[in-house]
Amino acid sequence: MDLSYSDSERAFRAQVVAFLKANLPEALAEKVRLGRALTRQDHDDWHAILNAQGWLASNWPRAFGGAEWNAVQRHIFEEECALHHAPRIVPFGLSMLAPVLQKFGSKAQQDYWLPRILSGEDWWCQGYSEPGAGSDLASLKTMAVRDGDHYVVNGQKTWTTLGQYANMIFCLVRTDKTAKQQEGISFLLIDMNTPGIEVRPIVLLDGTPEVNEVWFTDVRVPVENLVGTENQGWTYAKYLLTHERTNIAGVGFSLAGLRAVKRLAAMERSGGKPLAQNPYFAARLAKVEMDLMAMSTTNLRIISRAAAGQAPGVESSMLKVKGTIIRQEINDLARRAAGAYALPFASEAVDRSNAPTPDPSEAGPVAAQYFNNRKLSIFGGSNEIQRQIIAKTTLGAGQ
Amino acid sequence: MNFELTQERQMLQDTLRRFLADRYGVAVRQEILRSPAGQSTEIWQALADLGILAALFSETDGGFGGGGFDLAVVFEELGRAGVVEPVLDTGVLAGGLIAALGDTAQRAQLEVLMGGGLQLAFAHGEPASRYEPSWVETTAQLTGDQVVLTGRKAVVINAEAADYLIVSARESGAVDAPEGVSLFMVPANSTGLAVQGYPLLAGGRAAEVTLDAVQLPATARLGPAGGAAPAIATALARAAVALGAETLGAMETAARLTRDYLMTRKQFGRPIGSFQALAHRMSDMLIELEQARSAVINAAGHLNDDDRTRDLHISAAKNLLGRAGRLLAEESIQMHGGIAMTQEYELAHIAKRIMMADHRFGDEDYHMERFIALSAQ
Repeated sequence: MDLSYSDSERAFRAQVVAFLKANLPEALAEKVRLGRALTRQDHDDWHAILNAQGWLASNWPRAFGGAEWNAVQRHIFEEECALHHAPRIVPFGLSMLAPVLQKFGSKAQQDYWLPRILSGEDWWCQGYSEPGAGSDLASLKTMAVRDGDHYVVNGQKTWTTLGQYANMIFCLVRTDKTAKQQEGISFLLIDMNTPGIEVRPIVLLDGTPEVNEVWFTDVRVPVENLVGTENQGWTYAKYLLTHERTNIAGVGFSLAGLRAVKRLAAMERSGGKPLAQNPYFAARLAKVEMDLMAMSTTNLRIISRAAAGQAPGVESSMLKVKGTIIRQEINDLARRAAGAYALPFASEAVDRSNAPTPDPSEAGPVAAQYFNNRKLSIFGGSNEIQRQIIAKTTLGAGQ
Repeated sequence: MNFELTQERQMLQDTLRRFLADRYGVAVRQEILRSPAGQSTEIWQALADLGILAALFSETDGGFGGGGFDLAVVFEELGRAGVVEPVLDTGVLAGGLIAALGDTAQRAQLEVLMGGGLQLAFAHGEPASRYEPSWVETTAQLTGDQVVLTGRKAVVINAEAADYLIVSARESGAVDAPEGVSLFMVPANSTGLAVQGYPLLAGGRAAEVTLDAVQLPATARLGPAGGAAPAIATALARAAVALGAETLGAMETAARLTRDYLMTRKQFGRPIGSFQALAHRMSDMLIELEQARSAVINAAGHLNDDDRTRDLHISAAKNLLGRAGRLLAEESIQMHGGIAMTQEYELAHIAKRIMMADHRFGDEDYHMERFIALSAQ
């Protein structure tokens, strides 16, 4: 047992920190720190900065222009990015579609699409969920019917995150109605500018237009945009989901969130003293911190195994459940800490500058974030689905 | 023992429930939420015409209710329908303070209020007061028959729509002393009064209020000089009962929506409510809902007891509602899945109402601390 990072890992961390200090624009980090909405340009700018350094595709093999970091390196990078309030790397092209293309795509598809992901020329979104197919994804109904050298697609996808910025969508579509559910699904790449596609924004409960519905009416997709073999899409979809679950524990986000709560609790006054000294609040904070300390070690245990080449199994489901609970607990602490200042909707507009607290904008949209992050335990395989996976592993298939 | 509502209160409940079912559907509320004013004058007048505002006041004050269970009945219905109009702030808080402390001229405003012609706000909390009701830094300086108010009030709900702000200010004593706090009826158009408004996450609007040497005749004082603290404590207790009942109503709606969804939403070929993992959680929600109902009954039933008994029950209810409310709000969203994350779906507003109730009149932790202190007395 040795709980410390190796010399080379420490050197790597120092390199990451130096890079972030030199290259992460201050205004962008401030936006992230205060929980403000990022524009498409913000995301594009940050991706370009990382790409110039060769760090944008940290999970890709070198052969495809990636950094090919191991799991420990990726963890260090993600942790430091969160602690320095870097924007989250938009995952749809880089860490969801790209691994599928690298493993199952044709040479032509790899040569064409992968460089465009790196350059930012394409912004991808994910066409998986449908109104009737959420946790039960394999029941999806969007149809693709072969017509000459095209597929004609009809149906509806939903919860398409940042679909409003996307020019491309990767979709699971049904190509064989007669086959068993999971066996009639194909994986298609669709240009969002094709006639027949309509994107309708969904406003979330915190007021943000973060997700969309995407409607397909007789959308013609060239057959060369089929990935792999027709009706084998479910295999690729599952492969993609294992990549969606990297950084599933979100340790960096939790560490940054905990810091923010501590700053807020140090400024907020309760009975003339900082809230941080209130024993009830302090106990809540301590409990989450203790949970996070243990969980980040669980995370590292799994990561070092992965770095040694062992595929993570049921542990990633455990990390998803515990990691999201901890992040949501931290959001809950932040809204508690803000007191009555959790009530305003456009919290940014509330000027507390006359208030005795030094930087009241810290209170920011804490309640909005609390509500927004209820999604963490719902998306990417809900925590109920994760628990089911864990239960099956220990209790058997009868579960 | 009798846990039935009186006939009058049963009628009040039926009338209000029917009115809200007819006139305050989800689409209506969504439109009100999107409107610049954040409330509907038509609905306000209709509530007044139905006697809902009068039900908050005793016969002595010109109303026909005013008891703890009158508040509970009215606000449970308002919460169930997710009503955003400021019945609590105008009626229970500010109106209640005028009823408790006002002289004849001031009390004359109550009739206007009950008729729907007056809106009020209680400007009490300050940036540094958090949930301490005695923490008042705003000052009142008396010079001859004039008084000058200076200070800052935080998150004053309904401040922009209010014809008068009931402002707490200190005439003497330490910053956290109950003694020395007075109340003043400050007309909305007073010179030196600045109201910077913003919408609230769970509907309605509030404002940061700055009093920059607001000059008033001393007759604007509501009640005795430096002696408003007991009336404030009573008003806050009544408001806590009202808010508790409102939260209970919202929790009922959350439970109803979740139950309906579990029975109709199908995944893996069957209604998701048939999965035991979800069914048991629905059961836990219903258990906590009944706990919440009883806690509100306890608080309403002890509203006229001695201060310690009253506040013990208020704190018990507020703490329990903080816990049970969070469970219901979070579990309702989780068991719905993505649909509950959308602004358009009814549960979104209801869940916000439940959670944001924890940020008024003391949160779960504040009332845990106060309950322990009161229990030791």
